[in-house]
Formats: sequence, structure tokens, C-alpha cells
Amino acid sequence: MKNGKRVFETAVHGIFLVLGLITVACVLLITVYLVISGIPAIREIGLVPFLFGEKWASTAAEPSYGILPFILTSIYGTAGAILLGVPIGFFAAVYLAKAASPRVKAVMQSAVSLLAGIPSVVYGLVGMLVLVPGIRKLFHVPDGSSLLAAMIVLAIMILPSIIKVSVTALEAVPSEYEDASLALGATPVETWFRVSVPAARSGIAAAVVLGVGRAIGEAMAVMMVSGNVPNMPSLFQSVRFLTTAVASEMSYASGLQRQVLFSIALVLFLFIMLMNATLNFFLKRNKEG
Amino acid sequence: MKAVSRKRRAYGGLMRALMLFSVILTGALVLFLIGYVLWKGIPNITWELLSTKPSYLRNQIGILPDILNTVYIVIATLLIVLPLGVGAAIYLTEYAQNKKMVAVIEYAAETLSGIPSIIYGLVGMLFFCQFLNMQTSLLAGALTLVIMNLPTIMRTTQESLKTVPQSYREGAFGLGAGKWRVIRTVVLPGCVDGVITGCILAVGRILGESAALLFTAGFAHALNNFFFGLRSAGATLTVALYVYAKEQGEFGVAFAIAAILMVLTLLINLAADLVGAYYRRKKRL
Repeated sequence: MKNGKRVFETAVHGIFLVLGLITVACVLLITVYLVISGIPAIREIGLVPFLFGEKWASTAAEPSYGILPFILTSIYGTAGAILLGVPIGFFAAVYLAKAASPRVKAVMQSAVSLLAGIPSVVYGLVGMLVLVPGIRKLFHVPDGSSLLAAMIVLAIMILPSIIKVSVTALEAVPSEYEDASLALGATPVETWFRVSVPAARSGIAAAVVLGVGRAIGEAMAVMMVSGNVPNMPSLFQSVRFLTTAVASEMSYASGLQRQVLFSIALVLFLFIMLMNATLNFFLKRNKEG
Repeated sequence: MKAVSRKRRAYGGLMRALMLFSVILTGALVLFLIGYVLWKGIPNITWELLSTKPSYLRNQIGILPDILNTVYIVIATLLIVLPLGVGAAIYLTEYAQNKKMVAVIEYAAETLSGIPSIIYGLVGMLFFCQFLNMQTSLLAGALTLVIMNLPTIMRTTQESLKTVPQSYREGAFGLGAGKWRVIRTVVLPGCVDGVITGCILAVGRILGESAALLFTAGFAHALNNFFFGLRSAGATLTVALYVYAKEQGEFGVAFAIAAILMVLTLLINLAADLVGAYYRRKKRL
């Protein structure tokens, strides 16, 4: 009886251990699959022509597989989204964390959660029908599907992550800091921006890095507004991102062309891993104070 | 008494203006998105659209198959991800002794939540559709979504497990219960709120997902029952929206789907808020 119970408990422990390790297994599975399927094409094309080749012509008679346009587009697009989205997100976060009345704060926080919950294809659809024609008319360009349109859509899509994480970081600043600053004669606004913000800087940095990760990884919304032509990036030209390069040719690609798509995914994955490592660095520093 | 200097007042005013501008802009964006999508979409929602499948013969588009596919994929994903995620959370809070192991598992979960959905789609296609030979099917799509949603369920469950008082467990152990019995009778009932919150978040994510499903679940619009549907390809609402908008130029249908998705998103957010408030009140009592 006693023995049976012990066997049973050990079995239960074992089952839970396996369940606990599933996430680790998934990460390993994804990494291994991407590496195994991504390496062959890079070997065949050569690392330098692949990463720094400026011409992508996968379906031409003499195909050329340079992904520099995609890499640069992803970097520029993300940088643009950060430039547009971070200031707005930052100021909104300071307002919500410090200045807003409880009621305004509650309403705005639901609004921000909603913004985070809207599916990316809906952003893409609205972008296609509002933003793209708007850019065409405003800047007198032949086609509004452009890097600029993608930047704006991405900026809106990263707003919720930036606001939420920054608000959490700002709220965690000990109120003694702020009280001391106020007691020394600083105005509330000076206190928020010169005491609270520097104290929460690791958390705010984490918010920005999180936004970068979101922006690099977004595929569908960007696919719908960026025109999807493998040009070198330029603000008013149709461009293709790393994510959309994978998505747009996967359905019909075969042979080397298909393998190259896996290599692009591997490059994207490495970018994301780099972002994750950075994010963890900031989060850890935040925790340590 | 001298008030704040002019320069400092200007600084304060500028910062206040920037903050107000940002908050109002954010709020206006949300209102505009909701208003625009509903305004463009609702007139296009007809009973015919909701209750039929697309027919080339009669030249009409119906989204009933897409609605059903979405329901199937939500059910299938939750059925698989719940035991896995809750189990993993229980392991982390109740069993794991080794701090390093906990750190590794939590790091893996964080990594998973940072991976973009297009990469999930690709690996899902390679692993489930090709290696496990499931072809392009709703089940392959659901399994891909299981991996994506695992960290969410794990995290919410773990957080609510931490709020179960240690004395409850000790009391149960003191009465002679084994570990499994303590988990089943004391720990599990205590984490219901976390599981429900996790489910709501997961449903929201599944409804909004498209990039991970393009190559795993496919584009088909056939009417199937649950079990046959899981084995065949099918588009969910988001994928259908993408196809209608980008590839067929059917913006009316696309906006109708967008409006449906928008209403569902609103409902899910509302539900998450209500559940959160309900359990917070209950725990305080």
C-alpha cells in the first residue's frame, strides 16, 4: 500500500516534469529546424552574396538571391516605427502613470489593451484603404504602398507594448523618490521627467526593445501596406521585409528558392534572439534596481 | 514668495502639452480604428454572408466556413494547450526544486513569446504538415497555435498559483494527503482564475492570428464538421480577410470580417477585465 502510493506519486511527478519541459523542447525544436533547413541554401549561395547581395530575383532565368534589401528594409522600417512610436508611447505612459486621474487611466488602459488585441490583418486592411491612398495624395507619389506606410502601421502596432511596459516601470518607482523631489521644490512635471523617468529607465528601455522585436517580427500588416517589391529601401518606394519575403513566396517556391526562404527565416530568427537577449538584460537590470 | 521661474514654467507647460498630445492621439487612434472598421463593415454584414459558403456558380461570397474553421481551431487549440500549460505551471510552482531548471524553463517560455508568428508558421509547416505528415490542415494549424499560446497559459496559471496560500498546502499535507491529492483538491481549484484569464487571452490571440496559419491551415473555404474539418485545410476569419482583401480585392467582405473581428476583440477585452475584477474582489474577501 505504502509502496504503491510512492510509485504513483513518482509517476505523477514524472508527468509534470515532462509537461514542464515542453517549452524547452519547443524552443529546441524551432531552433534545430530553422538551422537545419536554413543552412543548405546559405552554403550553396555563399554567406556573403546571400547577406550582402543587393539583388533578389528568385524567379529569373539566372536567379539571384541577395537579401540585403530585406535586411535593410526591416532595419529601416523598425527604426522608423520606433522613431514615430516611442515618443508618443513614452509621453502617453508618463501621463497615464503619473498625471492621469484614475478614471482617465482606467479608460485609456482598456483602450490600449484593445489596440493590442486588434488582429494585424485589420491594421493591414485599414492601412491599405486609408494610409496608402493618403500617402499617395499627400506626397504626390504614383503608389502609396511604401516603406513610410509600413513604418506608420508598425508605429501604431508597437504603441500598446511600449505604453504598457513603460507604465508598469514608472509605477514601480518608489514614491519616496518623488516625495523627496517635490519637497526640494521641484514641480510635479519636473519630478516625473527628472526623477521618475530616470529611475524607471531600464523598464522603459525594455519597452523599446520589446517594440523593436514586435516590429521586426510583424508580417501580415506590413505585407498589406508595403507593396512587397524587393527594392532597396527608400521612404516612398515599395519594399519587402524579411518577414514578408518569407510569406510572399512560400506558397509556390520549390528547390533552392524554397530553401533560401528558410535561410531568410533563420536570419530573422537570429535578429529576434538578439532582441530577446537585450530585453532580458534590461529586465534583469530593472529587477536589480 | 517667488513662484517658479519662467524657464521652468515653460518646460512644465511643454512637457504637459506633449503628454496630453500623445494620450489624445492614442485615444483618437483607437476610436478611429473602431469607428472606421465598424462603419465600413457593418453595412456589409448580411445574413446571407454569414450563413453560406462561397459559390462561383451564384457568384456570391459566404463566410460560414471561415467562422466554423475559427471555432474549430479555437476549440482544438484550447483542448491541447490547457493541460500542457497548466501542467507546466504546476511543475514550476509545486514540484521544481532546482532553481536552474526553473530559470531554463522560464527563459524558454519568454523566448517562445518573442518569436514572430511567421516563424511559427514556417516551423509548423515543416514539422506538423511535412514531418508528421498531417498535410495542410486545421489540426496542424491548431498544434502550431498550441506552441504559441503555451507561454500565455503557463504564465497566467503560474501567477494565480503563487496566490494560493502556502498554509492551505501545509494543512492538506498535515492531514496526510499525498502530493497529487493536494494538487488536485487544493492547488488546482485555487488557480481557476488564472486558467480562465489565460484562456481568454489565448482565444484573443488565436482569433487574431494569421501569419502562423497561412502555411499550416491553408486557405480552403469548405463546410465541414468538427472532426473532418480538423483533418482538412481551412481558412480562419483572419486568413479569409487577408485573402479577400489582398488577393481578390473584395473589400466589402474584408471589412465585414474586420468588423466581426473588431466586435469579438472588444468582447474579449471586456471579458478579461470583468473576470479580472471578479476574482480580485473574491480574493480580497
